[in-house]
Amino acid sequence: MELLRFTTAGSVDDGKSTLIGRLLFDSKSIFEDQLEAVKRASIQKGSEYINLALLTDGLRAEREQGITIDVAYRYFATPKRKFIIADTPGHIQYTRNMVTGASTANVAIILVDVRNGVIDQTYRHTYIANLLGIPHIIVCINKMDLVDFSREAYEKIKEDFQEFATRLQLNDVRFIPISALKGDNVVEPSVHMTWYEQGTLRNILENIDITSDHNFIEPRFPVQYVVRPLTGEHHDYRGYAGRIAGGVFKKGDKVIVLPDRLTSTIRSIDTFQQQISRAYPPMSVSFTLEDDIDISRGDMIVGEKNPPEVGQEIRAMLCWFNPKPMQLNGKFILKHTTREVKAMVKEVIYKVNVNSLEEIKDGKTLVMNDIACVRLKTTKPIFYDPYKQNRITGSLILVDEATNETLAAGMIL
Amino acid sequence: MVMEGLSLSHLRELESESIYVIREVAAQFERPCLLFSGGKDSIVLTHLAKKGFWPAKIPFPLLHIDTGHNFIETIEYRDNLVKELGVQLLVGSVQQSIDQGRVVEETGYNASRNVLQTVTLLDTIETCKFDAAMGGARRDEEKARAKERFFSHRDEFGQWDPKNQRPELWNIFNGKKKMGEHFRVFPISNWTEMDVWQYILLENIPMPSLYFTHQREVFNRDGVWLAAAPFMKLRPGEKVEVRTVRCRTIGDISCTGLTLSTADSLEDIIAETAATRVTERGSRFDDKRSEAAMEDRKKEGYF
Ligand SMILES: Nc1nc2c(ncn2[C@@H]2O[C@H](COP(=O)(O)OP(=O)(O)O)[C@@H](O)[C@H]2O)c(=O)[nH]1
Repeated sequence: MELLRFTTAGSVDDGKSTLIGRLLFDSKSIFEDQLEAVKRASIQKGSEYINLALLTDGLRAEREQGITIDVAYRYFATPKRKFIIADTPGHIQYTRNMVTGASTANVAIILVDVRNGVIDQTYRHTYIANLLGIPHIIVCINKMDLVDFSREAYEKIKEDFQEFATRLQLNDVRFIPISALKGDNVVEPSVHMTWYEQGTLRNILENIDITSDHNFIEPRFPVQYVVRPLTGEHHDYRGYAGRIAGGVFKKGDKVIVLPDRLTSTIRSIDTFQQQISRAYPPMSVSFTLEDDIDISRGDMIVGEKNPPEVGQEIRAMLCWFNPKPMQLNGKFILKHTTREVKAMVKEVIYKVNVNSLEEIKDGKTLVMNDIACVRLKTTKPIFYDPYKQNRITGSLILVDEATNETLAAGMIL
Repeated sequence: MVMEGLSLSHLRELESESIYVIREVAAQFERPCLLFSGGKDSIVLTHLAKKGFWPAKIPFPLLHIDTGHNFIETIEYRDNLVKELGVQLLVGSVQQSIDQGRVVEETGYNASRNVLQTVTLLDTIETCKFDAAMGGARRDEEKARAKERFFSHRDEFGQWDPKNQRPELWNIFNGKKKMGEHFRVFPISNWTEMDVWQYILLENIPMPSLYFTHQREVFNRDGVWLAAAPFMKLRPGEKVEVRTVRCRTIGDISCTGLTLSTADSLEDIIAETAATRVTERGSRFDDKRSEAAMEDRKKEGYF
């Protein structure tokens, strides 16, 4: 059984919570005591049906305000797959949550209220999904019950969306007309929309091909921790522990160790009490090498061919998360794979208006939820790939030196 | 480009993610510890740590917050495990916190030391100067937990501010903190109860006998079966009887609800888990206090 991670996005009241509640409920992932609690809360709030949206309302602050304000994670499984949902809110001011939820997702579900059609928020969400490199997008056109399950209404939205999407070069986009409230095309096929034949949402989630979502081409192994038992039979053991970030490593492979560009050969790939012949993303393993070279956390073991870029001047798309605006030439801690360096933003090349996709050239600062193309300079080199090629070696975060807060996320160009 | 055979099962992917998180803790913090309760989640967490550092020993101590109201089986299991792994065990004692006047023992029929644990935990973290405490909490357990980060920041009072959490992207974890602050880290955040049992079966991890069916003296309170023990005061009308039960979660005796069950193998437990219609937490007494019970306790610094 495989693991699939997806994120959901939509504007307030598009029906996101209802949809998730429905997926969980129809997959029998809701327990009786949870359902009882929701029933009680629904009656208290004067709702005439069980409000499935309440299932996913997490913290008290949110229950009080009746809105979702942070990323919450949900789980369900079908006989085919296990699913992890990153449930993120749709408010403009919470772009950072959507970016967070999108960072590890294989699939983005974008909700559109059929009565409102494609709106600015839809553009924004699709743009972010694409920026964060989510390989598959499913557009759910919701509340079909409110327009008599009209095929024309659905086709119109599909057309509008596609017209916008051509500007973004999306790989895999699908459309489903649904009613999250009534359940049409969520888990059960709709009897009201026999004209739609591409499968229910759950069906698509179960079958979408995600095997090629990892990079299996360029071998990348950021060293996370050095294992040194220093005792008994393993006295001289020196293992480099980490998680494969790209490519396939095999025992006997010639490798290069960055930043010193020393070469060696993989003597063994170890997991608990055994050696394996090859390792690939996202496995956690330890390598031992034939040569005794000095390697520590933050170094990277890579394949001989197609090495990553090594540099101190980086162009990246940056999403600013903090209420405190970004100032040019301010110093940050930059975290990239297992490496940590100091960095400065030297230039804002352009900001993106995510509603129109226009590039705005006059920016010197960034405020919360801004997305911009910037030039970064680091005090020491980092070893990276373009984000489009590898989501692990292409991503970074900026941390405030004084408050330790995570200020921004970056996708390297 | 699709390559043959290059995929991991969901259990192996979860395992790999958790080992990655545990290794990040060992790398980013100076004095981490692993909170060991004797329940299945902390047993799996310890197993993952063992795998992640092999052939070296686990490079941090286990910390048990002992309410003094434990099942004997839990303590035996704990002591054997520690011996086998060759790791250090530290015990924070709630009884000692009571004796020192740090907390006041609850009274009445529903008295429990569960809430008191928070003070003992925070005190122990402070005296031992731990800067990170790993726990086996999972996001599917409870709705307040669904929003937890892997790396969860705590201020110098040990408190959690759910509205001001650091964004956590990809697998880049920000463990930076000021003096006196610490982190709670939850490496098995993404596991469900079912994943945990399937993994225990896959890895053949020995489990405390409490999880399997056995005869025990119990009594029924508000629909929940609780174990009889000297410190468990019976209300009028409650009577002790012998039943065939097992634990679905293991905590301190006062809040561990027992399930009537004849499951005596991991396969049986998995079948039971698949069929069950109430949450694990539904059988815990501590969460029944109010809708937001868990969230409130977590803000204070609970596990
Ligand atoms: N008629 C109809 N109403 C829906 C549907 N989906 C959601 N709603 C309603 O729309 C409102 C907002 O839904 P909710 O799930 O809370 O939206 P969220 O803000 O996106 O999470 C609620 O009153 C839902 O009952 C649907 O498919 N049809």
